[in-house]
Amino acid sequence: MVVPDSQVEVMTSTATPIKLGVKNLSIKYGQETALDNISLDIHEHEIFGIIGPANAGKTSFLKAINRMDVFNPEMQVDGLIEFSGHDISKVRNVYGLRSRIGVVFPLPVGLPLSVYDNVALAPRLSGENNKAELNVIVERCLRRAALWDEVKDRLDSLGSLLSGGQQQRLTIARALSQEPELLMLDEFSIAVDPVTTMRIEEVLKELKQEMTIILVTNLVQQARRLADRTAFFLDGKCLDIGITEDLFTGEVSDPRTRDYVEGRFG
Amino acid sequence: MFQATPVNHRNLSRQKLFRFLFGSMTALLILPVIIVLSTLIYKGAPVISFEFLFANPTNGMTAGGIFPALLGTILLVLGALIASVPLGVAAAIYLSEYAPNNWFTRAINIAIINLAGVPSIVHALFGLGAFVIFFRFGTSILAASLTLAIMTLPIVIVATRESLQAVPMAFREACWNMGATRWQTIRRIVLPNAVTGILTGVILEVSRTAGETAPIMFTGAVFFLPFLPQGVFDQTMALSLHLYVVSTQVPEMPEAVPYGVALVLIGLVLIMNSVSIALRMYLRGKKKW
Repeated sequence: MVVPDSQVEVMTSTATPIKLGVKNLSIKYGQETALDNISLDIHEHEIFGIIGPANAGKTSFLKAINRMDVFNPEMQVDGLIEFSGHDISKVRNVYGLRSRIGVVFPLPVGLPLSVYDNVALAPRLSGENNKAELNVIVERCLRRAALWDEVKDRLDSLGSLLSGGQQQRLTIARALSQEPELLMLDEFSIAVDPVTTMRIEEVLKELKQEMTIILVTNLVQQARRLADRTAFFLDGKCLDIGITEDLFTGEVSDPRTRDYVEGRFG
Repeated sequence: MFQATPVNHRNLSRQKLFRFLFGSMTALLILPVIIVLSTLIYKGAPVISFEFLFANPTNGMTAGGIFPALLGTILLVLGALIASVPLGVAAAIYLSEYAPNNWFTRAINIAIINLAGVPSIVHALFGLGAFVIFFRFGTSILAASLTLAIMTLPIVIVATRESLQAVPMAFREACWNMGATRWQTIRRIVLPNAVTGILTGVILEVSRTAGETAPIMFTGAVFFLPFLPQGVFDQTMALSLHLYVVSTQVPEMPEAVPYGVALVLIGLVLIMNSVSIALRMYLRGKKKW
C-alpha cells in the first residue's frame, strides 16, 4: 500500500506522541450523517492536512474536537476523541479544553473590538489583566501573524475596519494569543490574497515547532506545500490518509483520492 | 443602445408609483403629530411660566402651578424604570442567551408579547390587588411605580431581546471557541453591542409610563395633595391624572391650563428621552460592526 521509502517516514512520525487520537468518530445532525466512522491519529508538531470537497464533514470534525456540539442540540457525536490522552467527552471543563485549541474560521470574524482588544481577549478571558504583560502578548501574536507592521500604529482602531486579509491575520493572531497546543485552520485562505496566503503559510511552518496544526483546506496544493500528512474526506468518510506526497505521487488506497488531488473529480 | 424598452418603462413607472405611495403614507403619519404639537404650543405656551412649573396649585386648580404633579410624574417614571429595567434586561438575557429553544421558552415569549397587549386598566386592577392590598403598600408612589413597571416590562424585554439577537451569532461562536463561558461572551461582546437597542426600549418605556393614567389612578396618584410626597409610601399627584381631571372635572377651568399641562407632559417626556437619545447616539458613534 505504501511505498518503502515513505514507510520509514511513517515510522519516524509515529514515534512522536499522539496529540489527538480519533477512534470510530461519527457525527450526525438529526438523521443526517456528517461524518461516518473516522479513525485517525494526529501527532504532536505535525501539520495535518484535511482535504475534500464541500459537505465532506471537515468542519464538523473540527467542531467535534472543540466540543462545540454542546451548543447545538442537533449535533450528535459518537466515538472517541482523545486530546493528549484525555477523552474529551469526559472533560468537565470544556472551557479549559477550548482555550488550548485555537480555531481560525474560513471567513474572518473580527470581533467588534479594537485590534488590540481582539488579540488581548483570550488572555483576558483567562484572567490576565496586567497591562504590560498584555502588551507583550499582543505584539508577539501580531508579529507572528505577520500583521504587526501594518497595524502597530492603529491598535486602537476597530478590528472590523481592517481589510479582509488583515482581518484573517488578526483572527490568527487572536487564536495564537490563546497559546494553543492545537491550532485548527478551516480554509483560512478563502478571503486572503495569494501573497498574504504565502506569508501565513511561512508562519505556519514555523509554528509547527511549538504546536500541532490541523489544516482543513480546499486547495490541494496548499496541503501539499504544508501538510506532513493528509487525510482525504469525502461524503463523511475518510477515504485516504498518509504522507501528503503519497496522495499525489505514491500509492493511494482509493482511486478517488488521486482523482481529487489531480482535479479530475466529479 | 440604452433605449428604454416597454419593460423598462413599466418598471420605472411602478417605481415612481410606489415611491409616491410610501412617501405619502409617511406624510400622513407626520401630519397629526404636527397638528397636535402646534395646537398644544399655540394654546398652551401662554400659561407656561416659572410659577406654572414650580408653584403649588391654588384656587381649586384654576390658578397657581403644577409643581406637585410634575415632580410626581418624574418620581413615578424613575420608580418604574428602576424596577423594570434591571428585571427586564435580565429576563431578556436569559431568554435570548441561555434558555433552550423548546416549547416552554416559546410559550414564555408569547406570554410576554400578550402581556404587552393587556389593557392598562387591567394592570391597574392587578396593581391594586397585588401591591396596594396584598403587599400592603397602600395607595403610594411605590405601588403605582411597580404597577407601571409591570405594565412596561414587556417593552423592555422585547426591545432587549431583539437587540441581543441582532448581534451576529458568529461573534458568540468565535468567543466560545476561545474557551469563553456564556457569561464572559455576553459581558464582553454581546451586551456592549446591544446597549443601543436596550436604550430604545427605555425610551419607549419612559414615553408610555409618563402618559399612563389608569394604572396610577387606583394605586397611588391623587388629584390634589396639600403637600409634596415625603417618601415612597406617600401618595402623589401626577401630570397625566392632573390633565384628565382639569380637562373634564373642574368647572370654570381657564381653557389654556389643560393645554399647558399637556405641553409640560410632552416636554418632560422629550427631555427624559433626549438623555437616552443622546446616550444612544454617542454609543452608536462607537458601533463596532
